[in-house]
This record gives sequence, structure tokens and C-alpha cells, in this order.
Amino acid sequence: MQRYSFLRHVGHALRGHRHWQPAWQTAEPKKQYDVVIIGGGGHGLATAYYLATRYGIKNVAVLEKGYIGGGNTGRNTQVVRSNYFFPESAAFFDHSLTLFETLSKELNFNLMFSQCGHIVLAHSEHELEQQRRTVNSIRLNGVDAEHLSPQQLKKRVPLLNLDARFPVLGGFVQPRGGCIRHDALVWGLARAADSAGVDIIQNCEVTGLQLQGDKVVGVDTSLGGIAADRAAIAVAGHTSELARMAGFRVPITSMALQALVTEPVKPIISTMVISPTIHMYISQTDHGEVLLGAGADVYNSYAQRGGIPAIEETVAAALELFPSLSRLRLMRQWSGTTDITPDTTPIMGKTPVQNLYLSGGWGTGGFKAIPAGGDTMAYTIANDESHPLIAKFGLERFTIGALIDEGAASGVSH
Amino acid sequence: MLQIPCPYCGTRDEAEFHFGGEAHITRPGPEVSDEEWSDYLFNRENPKGTHFERWCHNFGCGQWFNVARDTVTHEIDAVYRMGERKPTPENVLTENKRRLA
Ligand SMILES: Cc1cc2nc3c(=O)[nH]c(=O)nc-3n(C[C@H](O)[C@H](O)[C@H](O)COP(=O)(O)OP(=O)(O)OC[C@H]3O[C@@H](n4cnc5c(N)ncnc54)[C@H](O)[C@@H]3O)c2cc1C
Ligand SMILES: [Zn+2]
Repeated sequence: MQRYSFLRHVGHALRGHRHWQPAWQTAEPKKQYDVVIIGGGGHGLATAYYLATRYGIKNVAVLEKGYIGGGNTGRNTQVVRSNYFFPESAAFFDHSLTLFETLSKELNFNLMFSQCGHIVLAHSEHELEQQRRTVNSIRLNGVDAEHLSPQQLKKRVPLLNLDARFPVLGGFVQPRGGCIRHDALVWGLARAADSAGVDIIQNCEVTGLQLQGDKVVGVDTSLGGIAADRAAIAVAGHTSELARMAGFRVPITSMALQALVTEPVKPIISTMVISPTIHMYISQTDHGEVLLGAGADVYNSYAQRGGIPAIEETVAAALELFPSLSRLRLMRQWSGTTDITPDTTPIMGKTPVQNLYLSGGWGTGGFKAIPAGGDTMAYTIANDESHPLIAKFGLERFTIGALIDEGAASGVSH
Repeated sequence: MLQIPCPYCGTRDEAEFHFGGEAHITRPGPEVSDEEWSDYLFNRENPKGTHFERWCHNFGCGQWFNVARDTVTHEIDAVYRMGERKPTPENVLTENKRRLA
């Protein structure tokens, strides 16, 4: 791997930027791998990266049916936070945030991590009370969170309309929360994994699993069969399809979640703002576009195409809280196929098939989890035993009734 | 915006309807194992392709009915009343023609 540095950049600039090496190689599939990872999103790439760098397993392939990052990891609204209600969620997501804090340096790739703060609004007395409880739990979990009065909110977000139809009565902030450039995370992980020896194989769709008894021994792909000692599923919205190939059922529904951006303007919003009540969240990207996250369409979908009603609701909510945006034009709108679980907690760990592992159920909030998801998955694959941080995220929680209902507890899903 | 043909009122906008998830799930008896109970409660087919699902015409006649819809194209292939026979994948399209005729 050619390291990126100031001096190297100057050198290349003087030669007209014509001699940069590709950030990762185009690999042909080998006949056999120690570990095959299905899905080249953030979770698949991070798992491969940590397997090769932390757990000493380098004969690894990532198989991606399209291009890496073409799934939800390249389509999300980049919210990164760890302000979760339940201790097991907070421990996991804070591990992720902590890894993010040093990941740009580790990957030698600028992830444009901005810890600009993550603000959640409250619109009623009941919600304020609930937020007090949530903030207490977050702080007991050892994570940073502070209440904000309407005046403090106005100071941080001057454009916010406090007298909206559902007036803003307060909120709370996680100061360490913020956003990361999502494509940069994909490219940074791919480059580092490639240089650690991982084969990244694009345009390679897994069409079946080769099973011997109750054990996986390889995968069938659009480029032919590949033998594998172990395999991991990291395909987000396609988890049910892969589980069907493996012969087990999962509590997942695939739904279209969409986002929209306006034309770019000068900096006007310097933080992430979320309103769970009227389902709207907003931030401004580094290129100046105002980025709006919408709610999911209400029905099952693999279309990667969002419906008009969700756009209408989101825009109406955004304009109520930020009336000054009304003259901006929407530039683009897109959607991803999210893998929603009944309790909005991911499903990670072993599966009913031996040597087959699952990292799924990331739903509408798995971007922020990518470093921790990759690290704990790599550990789980290397040791054939769930990493302690994900021990409660297994598929069996639905049978023993040990759901971790973060959706109901904190009501924030991104 | 989906255009959903309610079997009682005719075709209306998606906004008038409430989605009720997968259709044809039957609740097992109380004597079943934890595995079967959790399968009933939580596991779903979630196919990429034809999905059999329930909708309620909330802001219309208020009736529940079944729909066979493609989850990739969002095309509605069949609409049929509660208690009616589930169309097989082969006959959803002909069912559809019959219904919408
Ligand atoms: C609009 C939107 C906004 C979001 N906002 C946020 C947010 O603000 N914060 C946050 O934390 N999360 C957010 N999320 C969720 C987050 O993007 C996802 O949870 C996360 O990116 C999932 O990563 P992944 O690697 O599991 O999946 P993906 O990035 O989707 O990668 C899975 C890959 O598997 C591939 N694949 C599928 N089937 C096969 C097959 N058979 N063979 C080979 N490859 C296959 C796909 O092509 C895809 O590239 C958002 C999602 C969306 C859609
Ligand atoms: Zn009706």
C-alpha cells in the first residue's frame, strides 16, 4: 500500500496526479479461502480488515454482487453516535465510536470524521421526562449526554423554529456524536484490507451455499464455486435471501429507507438534529447540501427506490422546524434496502449452520456500528465463539425472549 | 405511490391504507415449543419477489384483504379477500386479470 502523506501528495501534484496507484487491486477469485465474506458493504469489509490485521487470518475474500459500498453503506445519512439506552447496546456502539476516533489514522485515510454533536429534540412534557430518563441511562452507561434548554438549542442551531406546530421544549446532545463521510469509510477499509492480503471481488453474486451435512464448505457464485472453511453473511437487506439458501429463517423485514439532499448552500447547520416525534433528521454535508433523512416506506421492498409519501412527510416536518429552507430545491433522492428486526437490535454471531456466521439486522442504524461490527465479527469467526460485546445479539434471543428493544426504549433509529 | 385495488372500493392511493405484514400466518396452539412460538411471532418470509401480505383500507371501507405484490417492482399481481384461496405463484397473474377485469 502506498501511504498517503503531505509530501507524497505534493510529489503527485507536481506530476499532475497521473501516477497514483489504485487504492485496491481487482482480484480474481481463488479456488479456496479460509474465510469467505458475502457482501462488500461496510460490515463485510470491516470484518475482512480486522480478520487480516487483528486476528491473523489473511486468506480471506469479500464477495460483492455489485460494487463495494453500493448498498446501504454508500446510501446512508452518516449519523454516528453511541447514546443508547440499554447497557449492551451502549457498550457495543461506544466501542464503535471509540474505534472511529482513531480509525482515520489507523487506515491512513481521511474519513472526515466530524464530532459535531448529535441533538435529539423533545416536543412535549412527556417526551422531556422520557428524555431525562434516557439521558440518565446513557450517562450510567458511561456515555456522554447533556440536556439542552430551548435557549441552548437556539444557540447551537440558530435556524431552528422553537414555535413549531409541535413546539420544541428541549432536547439533549451527545457531544461526541457526529458524522463520517460514508464513501471514505468504504474506500479506506477496502484499501487497508487489500493491503493486508484480502481479495476484494466485485461483480460476484453469491447464488447458493455449499453445505455438507449441517456445515458450510463453500459458496456458489456468478463466477463459479469457491471453497471456504468458514463463511459470513453481511448482506443487509438481502439477509433473508441468504438465510433461505442456508436453510434457516430470520426475523427480518426488508424495507426501503430513503434520504434527500437540497442544492448546496453556505454553512447554516453545524450539527446533527433529530426529531423522533415528527420523524425528521437533518444535517449539512461538507459540500453544503442540506441532508434530510426520511422514514421508511411501510411495506416490504427490495426496490432501492423510495415512495413519494415518505418524502412528503419528511419535507413537511423539516420545513416546520426549519422554515427558512423552504426556498431550497431538492437535488437528489435515493433509497436503500434496510434489514429491520423486531427490536431494532442487530443479529450477530453463529447460525444454525456450522462455520456460517451472520452480521445482519443492521436496519436503519448500522453505519455507525461498522468498526465494532467488523471487530467483533472477526473475533467471532476466528474463535467460533461470539465476542463478549455481541453475546446478547444472537439469533437465539428471539426464542428465549431476551429482546433488546432499543427502538421502543430510545425511539431514535439512525 | 402505490395504487392499491381495494376489493370493496376500487383503486385508491397507498396513503388510504395500512400495511399489515405477511399474510397467511396461523397461530400455533399453546402447547408448542419455544422455537415454534418464536418462529410464529418473529420469523418472516421476506422474499425478493412475490410477497403475500395484508392491507387494511383504513381511510375507506375499513376492510382487511390480501395482496400478492412483487417486492422488487412493487407491482400488485393479485388482490383477494380474507378467507379466499391463496393464489399460487404460477396463477397470481391470471388471478390478477380476473380480479381487475
Ligand atoms: C437512507 C439510509 C439512511 C441511513 N442512515 C444511517 C445513519 O444515519 N446512521 C447509521 O448508523 N446507519 C444508517 N443507515 C443504515 C446503514 O446504512 C446500514 O445499516 C449499514 O450501512 C449496513 O452495512 P452492511 O455492510 O451490513 O450493508 P450494505 O452496505 O448494504 O452491504 C451489503 C452488500 O451486500 C451485497 N450483497 C447482497 N446480496 C449479495 C449476494 N447474494 N452476493 C454478494 N453480495 C451481495 C450488496 O450488494 C451490498 O453491497 C441508513 C440506511 C439508509 C438506507
Ligand atoms: Zn375499501
